Amino acid sequence: MRHLLSTKDLSREQAVSILDVAEDMAETQLREQKKLATLRGRTVVNLFFEDSTRTRISFEVAAKRLSADLINFSAKGSSVSKGESLKDTAQTLQALGADAVVIRHSSSGAAQNLADAGWINAPIINAGDGKHEHPTQALLDAFTMRRRVFGGNSRGVALDGLRVVIVGDLAHSRVARSNLWLLRTLGADVTFVAPETLVPFGARDWGANIVHDLDTAITEVEPSVVMMLRVQLERMQTSYFPSQQEYVRNWGLSDQRMQALPEDVVIMHPGPMNRGVEISSRAADSPNSSVLEQVSNGVSVRMAVLYMLTSGDRGEK
Amino acid sequence: MSDGILFKAATLSDGTVTDIRISGATISEVGSHLKGANETVIDATGLVALTGLVDLHTHLREPGFEQSETVLTGTRAAAAGGFTTVFAMANTLPVADTAGVVEQIQTLGERAGYATVRPIGAVTVGLEGERLSAIGAMANSSARVRVFSDDGKCVHDSLLMRRALEYVKTFDGVVAQHAQDPRLTENAQMNESALSSELGLTGWPAAAEESIISRDVLLAEHIGARLHVCHVSTAGSVEVIRWAKERGIQVTAEVTPHHLLLTQELARTYDARYKVNPPLRRDEDVQALRRAIADGIIDIIATDHAPHPLEAKECEWDAAAFGMVGLESAVPVVQTALVDTGICDWARVEQLMSLKPAEIGRLNGHPSSISAGQQAELAFVDPNSRSVFDINRLKGRSTNSPYLGMEFNGAVVHTVHQGYLTLRDGELVDEQIVAECSKLSQHEGLSS
Ligand SMILES: [Zn+2]
Repeated sequence: MRHLLSTKDLSREQAVSILDVAEDMAETQLREQKKLATLRGRTVVNLFFEDSTRTRISFEVAAKRLSADLINFSAKGSSVSKGESLKDTAQTLQALGADAVVIRHSSSGAAQNLADAGWINAPIINAGDGKHEHPTQALLDAFTMRRRVFGGNSRGVALDGLRVVIVGDLAHSRVARSNLWLLRTLGADVTFVAPETLVPFGARDWGANIVHDLDTAITEVEPSVVMMLRVQLERMQTSYFPSQQEYVRNWGLSDQRMQALPEDVVIMHPGPMNRGVEISSRAADSPNSSVLEQVSNGVSVRMAVLYMLTSGDRGEK
Repeated sequence: MSDGILFKAATLSDGTVTDIRISGATISEVGSHLKGANETVIDATGLVALTGLVDLHTHLREPGFEQSETVLTGTRAAAAGGFTTVFAMANTLPVADTAGVVEQIQTLGERAGYATVRPIGAVTVGLEGERLSAIGAMANSSARVRVFSDDGKCVHDSLLMRRALEYVKTFDGVVAQHAQDPRLTENAQMNESALSSELGLTGWPAAAEESIISRDVLLAEHIGARLHVCHVSTAGSVEVIRWAKERGIQVTAEVTPHHLLLTQELARTYDARYKVNPPLRRDEDVQALRRAIADGIIDIIATDHAPHPLEAKECEWDAAAFGMVGLESAVPVVQTALVDTGICDWARVEQLMSLKPAEIGRLNGHPSSISAGQQAELAFVDPNSRSVFDINRLKGRSTNSPYLGMEFNGAVVHTVHQGYLTLRDGELVDEQIVAECSKLSQHEGLSS
């Protein structure tokens, strides 16, 4: 594995081994001395063309816990000569001797551009590109599910037989895409729930089950995991749905719907949440909710990815 | 000029092997075993001789975007591709929406001399889609504009399109429509499909093209006007046009070489060389377009040659410009997609790439065949050559070709325009010589 651009091209073995390394990383985080010397002297660049405090900080903490030197490079705003700036920025980072680049960009494919164009040799980690993918989010979600379901016996295990329901704005969600590919690779069944306007065009060809009615999905799938996606209320203006009320009534995880879910269901949300819209406060704060675990697991997973792509045998690939 | 050229043993599109003598700007003699006189003799054994290729859809970028292409560099690319006439799209800066601009473009073409440049006039002022441009003035100018198009943009307002069809009919012109519903394609990046969703690139649905074509053929029928549909790209569009033709509607349709060969799968690379408008579609669409050529539903092939500087393509997909250069690669791509697959013979290629576009564009003086007395506009193709299409094959100013590194059958070897060579043995004839020949031939044209 040279780069981490998407979950689609991860094999089951690769995915499980990332999750296993993340387990090791998580273990070290229980120690008093959290910091590892693994990436001492290596430079990790956080290249953020789009704001995302959560993801940036998560990678930052991960890099620091591995003792890497971290450069935060926020390149947001130069939209006029966007392309030039991606190339120029990449060449600059190459000249500065970056050992890994974490890139977040509003353009789908930007991470792959960076990996393919020959501007820079460092491993590229996609931290979210447009509507395409957000592989570390999917990995931390899978990690979280695995821990919830298998606890201390997680190592080496995939997610066979898990029933995951993902609800909300699937059309614009890179998290939904990365999760679908990864969860399927790991053996889980994925059901997408959304109004037709928010189902990605052609998603039936992807092999996900698509259900429009959330209550039907809850009764028929009996989900092990329900993942609620953030819905942007601006979507109303562009006729994806008529009103917030109608959205909440049909696709919000309300207290009533919580009651209908299996007792041991895991409730997930990639954050930031719209409380009272896609998820009620009670659901978000219930013991079933793994929202905060997702945040801490994010650090372990990103440590694992940085470690696996950056440490050791450089130039030996 | 007076010395002339004698091509020996060329194969015409109907398979006849013959010599072709060119004197001045005309074909003076066609027959076997012509004796060489005081003229240039070129062995054309094994080469297919076609009437000069005519591209109804070229973006020459001048005036205004000379960093991408000029009339000179674009017509050099044309000559390298076997073209003797190009119709220059109106989306320049200023837009070709007045007599002054179209006359300027025409003059630049005559001065360069590599090909006849026929300006296309904008349908609406500034391509803004709000009111008609100076269509009559352009039609009656020395550029005699007969093709009108807002290409790059669609004339989407239904009433304005109706008026444009009617008004252009007044001047025996044709509206060439870039069929794209703007609302259905806001920020669209590639063909809408499971793949566009997977790649996270905003989709350009086939229905956005098909719905505009459907409306336009109905308007053309209602008012009895001619309509030309640019770059048809979907199987559904083919069905709409088939239906329209069966009803006797005066519609003609073009397809680009890239829509006959390449598919949306190339977007997986996120390499913006494959970003084009309309986008590359599914393999089913490519096959349907090829069949439509065999069935005569598609009338012509036009390149939509769209040069862009490197920086417009060397960037994120959604920030990149739409379009690809296509003049130099048209013949190899068409041979690969249509001739070698048995869909077309060379006579049909001559129809698609020379005779029919000349007719649609009301191009005066274009040869109707290679025979004595016709204008000497010729392209010689070596169908047996096989080579990798590399950057040296590109003769225009821009290099945004999707074909670089691909291997093709067929290459253009010689091009003759107005009786003089613009391309010889695959090499462009020197700029000064071509300009001088052009000057002489215009002079002779005036005095005869
Ligand atoms: Zn167009």
